Amino acid sequence: MKAFLCGGAVLKVDEHWDKSLPNLLAEAGLKALDSSGISYVDHVYVANVYGEVLQEQANLGSLLAEELGLRGVAASRVEAGGASGLAAVYAGCLAVSSGLANAVLVVGAEKMSDGTVEEAVSLLTMEERQDYVGYLGVSQLAEAALLYKEYVKRYRISNDDVAYFPVISHENSSTAPHAQYQFKISLETVINSPYVAEPLHRLETTSPSDGAAAILIVSQELARRVKEPKCLLTGIGSASDLMTAFDREDPLEMRGLADAGKRALEMAGIKASDVDFLELHDPYSILAPLSLEALGIAEKGQACLQARKGRFSLSGEKPINTFGGLKGRGYPVGASGVYAVVEAFMQLTDNASKNQVPGADVGLVESLSGLGSYAGVAVLERMR
Amino acid sequence: MRELSSRPPANWRSRPFVYRLEGSRCVVCGHFHPYKRLVCRRCGSKRLDQDKLPSTGRLVNYTVVTQAQQGFENNTPHIVGWVEMDDGTQLIGHITDCEPEELKPGTVLEPVVRRIRVDGEAKLIVYGVKFKPVV
Repeated sequence: MKAFLCGGAVLKVDEHWDKSLPNLLAEAGLKALDSSGISYVDHVYVANVYGEVLQEQANLGSLLAEELGLRGVAASRVEAGGASGLAAVYAGCLAVSSGLANAVLVVGAEKMSDGTVEEAVSLLTMEERQDYVGYLGVSQLAEAALLYKEYVKRYRISNDDVAYFPVISHENSSTAPHAQYQFKISLETVINSPYVAEPLHRLETTSPSDGAAAILIVSQELARRVKEPKCLLTGIGSASDLMTAFDREDPLEMRGLADAGKRALEMAGIKASDVDFLELHDPYSILAPLSLEALGIAEKGQACLQARKGRFSLSGEKPINTFGGLKGRGYPVGASGVYAVVEAFMQLTDNASKNQVPGADVGLVESLSGLGSYAGVAVLERMR
Repeated sequence: MRELSSRPPANWRSRPFVYRLEGSRCVVCGHFHPYKRLVCRRCGSKRLDQDKLPSTGRLVNYTVVTQAQQGFENNTPHIVGWVEMDDGTQLIGHITDCEPEELKPGTVLEPVVRRIRVDGEAKLIVYGVKFKPVV
């Protein structure tokens, strides 16, 4: 698989009171088109989850086409919960690799600030089954806390070991201009923040926010004519798993993610150990170690201890969340997969400034829906 | 959204599972699913029988939830537990009629039907299964 990425664009993640969902979509989309020098695409894909609930807006594909002056272009929305962004990139890759399209614009956008905090907790739980978990009043937050407790017990580590991941994320987001939280936090601050569902502290979760990111996927033929910077997408994989983690043989094992990772790495012809950095999907701290272990980056039960030894810090052997990930950069839900792809793009085109991973040639992007009920993984590589 | 009318509310369809813990059990691998299923999600078999979960289980672990979701503002903090029913089926749900200090892994629990929440606009009272310690 060889798709070419160009025109990566991110807006600052924030509470954009003055901007509507169409504003966010248009701004990111235009930035991507302008920076790549492409004026027309064959398809636009919008990645978004809650537009229908929070803005009562469906049909976001045509809306974006209109905003961008791309009347006539094929346009649709892709939704796969928190992994919508990566699912839209996947759809874009299908279109380009099949020859159906020469150029696809993927824009992820989410505007969570139209809802309250309580609504956000319920909205995230929409990724879970509404005829069971949702009906019985179990939030996704509570499910994450139960997995956390089980993980800590099984591998005999302390809660503080899991709570260290937000510290890494904030370290990286403190110097990321598009991040929502541009400050560092200490482990002490994390564990002194109130519980939202013990052992999960407030600072081990995200506060869903507003943002938009965009990228163009183009064919080899067109790639010669687009402006720098460019990078390659050499592998992509997606896989589903049972909706509720507790219905799986082992709730701590994200089989969908492991499968998606295997597919993406095999397609790229590389091993997990060849990856120079990773962008993870960790709306709850516990998902970081579970992800690293499912992807084969760390042995089971080892990820937290390796994190505390610095393995996943920006200067470590396998940096993660190089701009802060969901915790530090912020979590505009449906857009987050596109953010992560653009962040990897920035690394591989030497546009990461203070957050640059030196010598980064291969990046892996992970995106999840729910607690692993859908997983998308993409492998991006530097152009040589 | 939708006002109550002669049409039943969507919740009404959920009653086999959320009131009575009824569902489908795979004849081949024994896995239990909430509600009627056509295909076993574990082994892919299409041979499923209607069944009902046993009336007791044990607590695997629990969490005290302090961040409310919508509709639970007046019912937070609350306890959410991971329960293994006596047939091995894993469930999650609210734990009621006790304080967190009374719970530990292995505590024997039984399902009871309780008020879950009051539904936003229609003000419909939604009932469903919670779990309480067996005394």
